[in-house]
Amino acid sequence: MSGYAGTGALLKLALRRDRVVVPLSILGLVALAGGSAKSTVDLFQGQDAINAARELLASPALIGMYGPIANPDNPDSFAIFKTLLLGGVCIALLAIVLVRRHTRTEEEAGRTELVAAGVVGRRAPLTAAVILAAGTVLVASLLASLSLIGSGLGSRGSWAFGAAWATSGLTFTGVAAVAAQLTNTTRGAGAWAFGALGVSYLLRAIGDTASGAASFLTWLSPLGWAEKIELFGEDRFVVAVIPLVVTILLVALAFALQERRDFGAGLLPSRPGPAQAAPTLRSPWALAWRLQRANLLGWLIGYAIVGSVLGAVAGNVSSIASSQQMQDLLRKLGGNATSLTDTFISTELQFLAIGAAAYGISAALRLRSEENDLHTEQVLATSTRRYTVLASHSVIALLGSALLMLVLALALALGTRAQYGGFGAALGHLLPSALATIPPVWVCVGLALAIFGSAPKVVYVAWALLAAFVVVGEFGPLFNLPQPVIDVSPFVHAVVLPGSSVVAMPLLVLVVIAGALLVLAQTTFRRRDIG
Amino acid sequence: MSTAISVSGLRKSFGSTVALDGLDLEVQTGQVHGFLGPNGAGKSTTIRILLGLVRADAGSVTLLGGDPWHDVETLHRRLAYVPGDVTLWPNLTGGEVIDLLGRLRGQTNLARRNDLIERFQLDPTKKGRTYSKGNRQKVALVAALASDVELLLLDEPTSGLDPLMDAVFRSVVEEVRREGRTVLLSSHILSEVEALADQVSIIRLGRTVETGALSDMRHLSRTSVDAVLADAPPVELLEGIAGVDDLTTDGSRVTFTVDTARVGEVLARLGQHGIQSLTCQPPTLEQLFLKEYATDREPVRA
Repeated sequence: MSGYAGTGALLKLALRRDRVVVPLSILGLVALAGGSAKSTVDLFQGQDAINAARELLASPALIGMYGPIANPDNPDSFAIFKTLLLGGVCIALLAIVLVRRHTRTEEEAGRTELVAAGVVGRRAPLTAAVILAAGTVLVASLLASLSLIGSGLGSRGSWAFGAAWATSGLTFTGVAAVAAQLTNTTRGAGAWAFGALGVSYLLRAIGDTASGAASFLTWLSPLGWAEKIELFGEDRFVVAVIPLVVTILLVALAFALQERRDFGAGLLPSRPGPAQAAPTLRSPWALAWRLQRANLLGWLIGYAIVGSVLGAVAGNVSSIASSQQMQDLLRKLGGNATSLTDTFISTELQFLAIGAAAYGISAALRLRSEENDLHTEQVLATSTRRYTVLASHSVIALLGSALLMLVLALALALGTRAQYGGFGAALGHLLPSALATIPPVWVCVGLALAIFGSAPKVVYVAWALLAAFVVVGEFGPLFNLPQPVIDVSPFVHAVVLPGSSVVAMPLLVLVVIAGALLVLAQTTFRRRDIG
Repeated sequence: MSTAISVSGLRKSFGSTVALDGLDLEVQTGQVHGFLGPNGAGKSTTIRILLGLVRADAGSVTLLGGDPWHDVETLHRRLAYVPGDVTLWPNLTGGEVIDLLGRLRGQTNLARRNDLIERFQLDPTKKGRTYSKGNRQKVALVAALASDVELLLLDEPTSGLDPLMDAVFRSVVEEVRREGRTVLLSSHILSEVEALADQVSIIRLGRTVETGALSDMRHLSRTSVDAVLADAPPVELLEGIAGVDDLTTDGSRVTFTVDTARVGEVLARLGQHGIQSLTCQPPTLEQLFLKEYATDREPVRA
């Protein structure tokens, strides 16, 4: 077949461009799997682990969050309980980002055109991107398996773990390849691919926690296939054939779609718009809103759906007062409650607060992409002040991320209204916990803005900080990190269990920190060069 | 006549690269001032300093009587800018961008806006991402020229325009000049500056090497002569005349360059051998340019 000329050269170019990001990501993922397994093995041995796993299996809330345990009688299965699904999500995110970065982003920026004029086949850019992403997934999965074996887990199950990660990573490589063909923008491609990942997560969350026919939903989710390998249980490697076939089909579909579209275009056509600006489009605020509204709306809809589904799942969880052992375990996993529903909701709120922070950071860093795209220069050449440009996007990032948590609380309350005796009561019970997560989210947004103001060339540090907060907060207790290190994460100071009283002081401190970061952003942005 | 732009001793470095190394620039009100230099000479950096986007390391800058770094809001109401590299918001139409930028500046002349859209044959309903380079340029031009501002800062404004649109641009700038407004026209396209500019500043490696009216600069250059003579020219044809250079003979045809002041002397000598055809090219800006930049070219970041 023709069309592949130049794939090798493009792959080398991609490897050159990603020579830092890809190895670091692989390293991070492998350290997550191996490190988490090692510390779990150290904490829970033999019968302890078996008991802990049995307790976990009794909690639909935690299974909805992290997935089931195939065989609680194998102590090893407890050691990968958290990393199987969360790691699978991370590796899927990595695959999506890599494919998108080397296909649609390049095409949108016009660089593919530059390359395509050389001796480069039509299929070469997509092929190179898929090889890069699939290769990264496979290397990370293989090393993760080895790191599990190194941590003392059984080798068959460890290999199954790698297969499970590869399942998720490869499938979403295919999904991203298709998504890159659908729209003509990087943002649009991301919306499709990340949306598919979110749906996968929810499908298996419902399937895993449902009884009867609905449990089939897990089989519709690529993340569910990873679970169905049944690590440290049956270790059914044969399930991994599904993602292999699906990935090949998806990549073939992507190529077929690519054949049907023009260069630079998506499958969905771009229509003409108004010849004159609406009367409302007359200020930097209106411009920022125009640029950000579609993205915010997408996130809000996503959070409403996630909240409804998780609320429904939580509504089925019986509020049993658990054993002392269960409580110990929940504490280890980041909870402190007697009610499983409350623990579940608290865990979900913490998890989704990270998502809200990710939204806030991306909305704040829109400032940087506007500057890079030379749009800011045009706006600042008018009588618009720098203060206003920064403030307009900051407000959207801050209010938007807060709104996400609010919508989430509403949707959760709707799902758990039977549990708590009516919607109003449920909302009253949950809202303080949801609102308490907003100050740490704002700290993350403030950090992104401050970095944008003072060191715009390294805005990606904002993402690295968020990742560090997540690792420290989520795995810190498991890794037995010293408390001062764990305390670096703003999120750990804002855990308010539903129903418990809110301690205002840490939250106020976080708000003050966020405010100080905003001031820093404004003062540094005012003084620096644009561009 | 008052001064619209006054820059002296302007310096700016980006890391270890020196973009501006003591640049001077004086633009009188009501003037179309050509700002000439090769790629990377520092034209865009100068304009970005004039816009308050970039802060100068040293030197003094006065723009419309104000300080471009501090008086951003008031100054920018009185000027419009066409960037050298026009990028539009991908999901805003050209018409929306024109209106938005006008409103952000605080004023748009609606009649002029519609007139310009027509003259530049711009489709304002297309989304930013679907415009070609030339059409993106037109959007930025209409957005800037539709205003009644006193000062236009145009950074290589015709890049990507076809010759027809180039002619439209020139006639619009002519109108702007007649209205007594000031234009700083940065370019490396010599014919454009030659056709439009009253005064020119030539910069190289971040420094002004030449400034003044074009007519005053002609002495700097040379006239090129191309003559066919009746009899084969003798070797000693032009001997003894100072300033003759690049002499080549091809049968009865002779081409050379000469200092403009010595053209008369040369013609007398040629006449002795019977001139059959003669072309004397006046010095063009091209030659000024080549003369200024032919040597010592070093890469400098813009």
